[in-house]
Amino acid sequence: MSVNSKIYIVIPAWNEAQNIAAVLANLAQYDYQVVVVNDGSVDETAQEVKKFANVYLLSHLINRGMGAALQTGNEFALQQGAEVIVHFDADGQMQAKDIESMILPIFSGEVDITMGSRHMGMKSNLPWLKRYIIQPPAKVINFLFTGMNLTDVHNGFRALNRKAAATIEIKQDGMAHATEILQHVSKYDLRYQEIPVEIIYTDFGQGIMGGFKILRDLIIKK
Amino acid sequence: MWIQIIASIVILTILYNLITKFRHNKLSRFTFVAWLLFWLIALVIFWIPEITSYLAAALGIGRGVDLIIYISIVVIFYLIFKIYLYLNKLDSQITKVVRHFAINETKNNHESSQSSDHHS
Repeated sequence: MSVNSKIYIVIPAWNEAQNIAAVLANLAQYDYQVVVVNDGSVDETAQEVKKFANVYLLSHLINRGMGAALQTGNEFALQQGAEVIVHFDADGQMQAKDIESMILPIFSGEVDITMGSRHMGMKSNLPWLKRYIIQPPAKVINFLFTGMNLTDVHNGFRALNRKAAATIEIKQDGMAHATEILQHVSKYDLRYQEIPVEIIYTDFGQGIMGGFKILRDLIIKK
Repeated sequence: MWIQIIASIVILTILYNLITKFRHNKLSRFTFVAWLLFWLIALVIFWIPEITSYLAAALGIGRGVDLIIYISIVVIFYLIFKIYLYLNKLDSQITKVVRHFAINETKNNHESSQSSDHHS
């Protein structure tokens, strides 16, 4: 058994039939265990995933949101004996080659959780609207809710050791899970580190309204 | 006069339903008593609206109707809050069911494919 067989890549996928095959093909170059959580997709996402025999496919019968899908993936991976769990996107914006640098500090025992940052080392092509209009208020809100001052917020690329994955129970089914995870990190004093990663933008992501929705969830849902 | 009669018929029907439900154990005692009091008071107010004026005056509110509106708003907000909490709970319960099903299905599939590998 190689070391990589204890590393689980959890990929939430909702209607990602267009992108998921390329992402999985990319990951297949490495030796990781891959778990796709098909979050009630109405397109061919499940069929695309089934083409990869070694990939675990978990299917939510109905769409429950990204946070819910990640928690499902976490619980499954923990039950399978995962030592490290990596949260990865199905849309092809994250690079499989970055996974190694994400999990290294965890394997060396330095930290419990690593988070990808787009701003360290200037590796990404973040659109200016996102960088100058959407991100500054998002960072302030993040600081208010978590007390953590990070170089980047909410890019969804993170790696957790067993302890972190078991401690952090994601209750926010929607996109507010990203802030919720940070709240847990600060509440349970988990050791964290930011790692520079490359994010290649294919489209605009959640847009501005998505940000307001997250804020609403954070305030009213506990 | 007509409004009183119509309101009374409606309220009596509601009370009848309420009592049948309570008898069939579909309501907790607290819920039953609360709704019973609510509709009985409503019935009394429809026939003797003046009593609300005394109450309103005692509480420093101008008219009886105003008092009723104030109380109604408080009750409605409270009910919305209760429903909101309940929906939130329901939401997370649905997620748990969906998650449980997803994990078990994959585990079972995986185990059965592994055991069939052994047999072949």
